[in-house]
Amino acid sequence: MNSEITGVILTFIITLVIAFPLGKYISKVFHGERTFTDFLNPVERFIYRICGIDPHKEMNWKQHLAALLSINLVWLIYAFFVLLFQSHLPLNPDGNPDMTPDLAFNTAISFLVNCNLQHYSGESGLTYFSQLFVITFLQFVSAATGVAAVAVLFRAFAEKTTEKLGNFFVFFTKTITRILLPLSIIMATILAFNGTPASFDGKDSIVTVQGDSVQVSRGPAAGMIAIKHLGTNGGGWFGANSAHPLENPNYFTNVVEIVSQVILPMALIFAFGFFIRRRKLGYVIFGVMTAGMLTLMIPNLISEISGNPLLGHMGLKDITAMEGKEVRIGVPASAYWQVMTTIISTGSVNSMHDSSMPLSGAMQMLGMMTNCFYGGKGVGLLNYFIFLIIAVFISGLMVGRTPEFMGRKVEAREMKIAAIIALFHPFLVLVGTALSAYFAAHHPQIAWSVQPGAWLNNPSNHGFSEMLYEYTSSSANNGSGFEGLADNNIFWNISTGIVMILGRFIPIIGPVAIAGILAKKKYIPESAGTLQTDTATFGIMTYAVIMIVAALAFFPALTLGPIAEYFQSF
Amino acid sequence: MKKYIWPSIKLTLFMVLVLAVLYPALIAAVSKAAPGQGKGKTVAVNGKVVGYENVGQRFTEDKYFNGRPSAVNYNAAGSGGSNKGASNPDYQKTVQERIDTFLAHNPGVKKEDIPAELVTASGSGLDPDLSPAAALIQVKRIAAVRHLSETKLMTLVSDHTERPLMGIAGPSKVKVLKLNLALDTLK
Repeated sequence: MNSEITGVILTFIITLVIAFPLGKYISKVFHGERTFTDFLNPVERFIYRICGIDPHKEMNWKQHLAALLSINLVWLIYAFFVLLFQSHLPLNPDGNPDMTPDLAFNTAISFLVNCNLQHYSGESGLTYFSQLFVITFLQFVSAATGVAAVAVLFRAFAEKTTEKLGNFFVFFTKTITRILLPLSIIMATILAFNGTPASFDGKDSIVTVQGDSVQVSRGPAAGMIAIKHLGTNGGGWFGANSAHPLENPNYFTNVVEIVSQVILPMALIFAFGFFIRRRKLGYVIFGVMTAGMLTLMIPNLISEISGNPLLGHMGLKDITAMEGKEVRIGVPASAYWQVMTTIISTGSVNSMHDSSMPLSGAMQMLGMMTNCFYGGKGVGLLNYFIFLIIAVFISGLMVGRTPEFMGRKVEAREMKIAAIIALFHPFLVLVGTALSAYFAAHHPQIAWSVQPGAWLNNPSNHGFSEMLYEYTSSSANNGSGFEGLADNNIFWNISTGIVMILGRFIPIIGPVAIAGILAKKKYIPESAGTLQTDTATFGIMTYAVIMIVAALAFFPALTLGPIAEYFQSF
Repeated sequence: MKKYIWPSIKLTLFMVLVLAVLYPALIAAVSKAAPGQGKGKTVAVNGKVVGYENVGQRFTEDKYFNGRPSAVNYNAAGSGGSNKGASNPDYQKTVQERIDTFLAHNPGVKKEDIPAELVTASGSGLDPDLSPAAALIQVKRIAAVRHLSETKLMTLVSDHTERPLMGIAGPSKVKVLKLNLALDTLK
């Protein structure tokens, strides 16, 4: 067990060691400074030329959003129709069928918005064509969309009064050519050499040692699994995601996969500090996020490592919580992953969260409810920015000064947007959960293809947690699940589809709008009366705001789910 | 928005070409140099493939080291866990049955010594490994069935134990398939 704890600590250190220089690099890329990847310049110029993009034309925040939404609309339509007709397209060695319209709707949105909620199993629900042309493709471009959106924030605070915030298509293209694609190639190669399949061969049929005839699903998975983590996407090639021994073959690949999903969200925080030339602000934000991470990580590790006391009641001395976990990964590395994947909105899993201990489940949900401790690719920082603005406002009121952030006054219009965004996430989650709980409790026999009475895989409070988790994961664009839930039916496909798309674009539009509005305002030079936002005191203030606004809004729901389960069972 | 649609479509087509065609093709080509040529590492006995090194398979006979319970019955056409909550009464019944079955097949083993992993289903349903403790507890049974000495079997297990990564990180484990194939060749 000691070597497993060491493994977790080493993993975090490795992440930090990679993320810091990466942040510096990202800042340089977006500044257009010289980097070792400048040999890609002609490639990018070629892309701009054939696509009719003028890279020197700067956009204001509204044009940024218009470009972002336009290209996302193109992808949504494209993805939906490919999934709907996938069996008629090439590269389908296993003969898998088309998706039903509601499942295609859910899946197209899910991957478009970087959520990667999966109401299908990769082995039987997709063809190799759709795995590559829809899933892998969207995993790259949705991650790049998030980064391009946060780049607007970078630009807004890098200069004094400005309307020019760079070009969306340039941010987007550079994110792919200079960050995501090179890292993915390295990582996919590592995975392939550790036993993850990468060839186009279909299922293999074998007779095992004991004489069972079984089939083994395969496919060009390594490339997809690389971007699934680097892009904080999380959707697995195989149904069991990174618990699957081909998707995550050993402890080493497990470290690679968990490190790779955390480095970019972390690097973006450092990049922000470097980019706006206020490193200290970057460090304070990093500090608050790390404190938030530990607030969830420590209870989760303790609750998982302590094991399931009910096994002890049956007379076992070893009560390790191995249900839904893999031997090669072990409990501590699974617990570490559970928290990281939920706070940074990846949603890939290396253990089945449904079978984790009740309090761990609560921590996983809290990770998605706050959704800004490191956070998803780009959007984590945008979410954090909302809380930061609220903290500036509250602090301003407390000391009796006009709230200011980075030399710009924060006024009523920005505050309204921030308040709406902060409350929108609890609204989506709680309304969805209430609706589904109503059907499950009061109309269990209603004549739907899957009756609400048959949705849940676990009774009582844990069943409620399954529904709460599903909406939390959808709205936070996380994508993991308490997978016992019978979610491939019209009710869940449509309702989570709507929650996912709202939970993605509203929290991008809001912060980008605030940043754009602030950037346009008159710059007020710092004076003795300015509220310092890069101090530990302000960091604590932000932490408190996040905990009060985000965590408390969800507390009643958590009480009905995992907390009640804990007190009833143990 | 209208003026962005056309560049968006062109950029999409270009990125599809790069990300969905060239990138996977490159990785597939590189993987040809990897063990298993990117098709997954297989294990063969007398030239016949009997399994994949990383994919667990069902071992239930008393003469073999048994693997962990699986929610998908070790059929690697799919994968998944039980998704049973820790407090679920049905789940507790299942675990109780597994304990009883294990005790029936392993006379002489005390209930309290059974490792939890042998009565809980894995996350993928295809877990290829056991901890050394979970292998060692089966030695007595296998020794009796195969008329082999227990020390010989314990040496076999320890020979097949893979240490933590670089000796410091992660759990120790035994690959069940390789262990059982070695067991079959033991005299």
